[in-house]
Amino acid sequence: MIPVEHILLLSAALFTLGVLGVMLRRNVIVIFMSIELMLNAVNLSFVTFARGMDSMTGVIFIFFIIVVAAAEAVVGLSIILSIFRTRKTLNIDEFNILKW
Amino acid sequence: MGGLGVLFLRNPIHCALSLVGTFFCLGAIYVMLNAEFVAVIQVLVYAGAIMVLFLFVLMLLSSKDTDQYANKWPIGKILAGLLSLGIFVQIASLFTAGNIQLGPKGAYPLEVVEEVGSIALIGRLLFTDYILSFEIIAVLLLVAVIGAVVIAKRRFP
Repeated sequence: MIPVEHILLLSAALFTLGVLGVMLRRNVIVIFMSIELMLNAVNLSFVTFARGMDSMTGVIFIFFIIVVAAAEAVVGLSIILSIFRTRKTLNIDEFNILKW
Repeated sequence: MGGLGVLFLRNPIHCALSLVGTFFCLGAIYVMLNAEFVAVIQVLVYAGAIMVLFLFVLMLLSSKDTDQYANKWPIGKILAGLLSLGIFVQIASLFTAGNIQLGPKGAYPLEVVEEVGSIALIGRLLFTDYILSFEIIAVLLLVAVIGAVVIAKRRFP
């Protein structure tokens, strides 16, 4: 059994990497992947706490989080697709107007 | 961990592949934590479905501009590094203070989970205690599918 603190530290590190990716990268799809990374870090700490507390609620939560993440990925990617059709770029700095 | 690759690789496709590796590692950790159902879901949905979707969109879109868009503002990089370092220190100090209060033990210790089976247990809970959330999540998925089709459609007739 791995100690709880180690897994929580790993989860914190993954979350920080996701935050850093959102702030540093300029490609929309890479930013999107960093968001997925953050969601996974939170999932990891959910499972850890569920195991540590002998509870099943965390695992049920993970189920819902994964479903919401899948829905979010589908809708977000289709939004990116439709933006790319009009702007012909993936650079997030170019997406600076809300109307075109 | 392979999550570093997401951050530092230039080519977005390499980023996506390293993210798949990270998801597999997370699945292995879930197995070590006796959460087999979550591990299976992780590999199927994340490493399978979502990443295939990402790679598909990447191949579809990045025909000419796969190269990295340079960040024009170096101070911004330093600021981002400092900010995320602060976030990490905050979370880590929260976790490593040695006083994680796990609270009262729940109703499902490891023996019960092993005896009933984690998937059977999750299914039972999902259809009894969490039935309302389950129905709502079904509607949400339907809305997401319809919304994706409508948004990604070329032109309204």
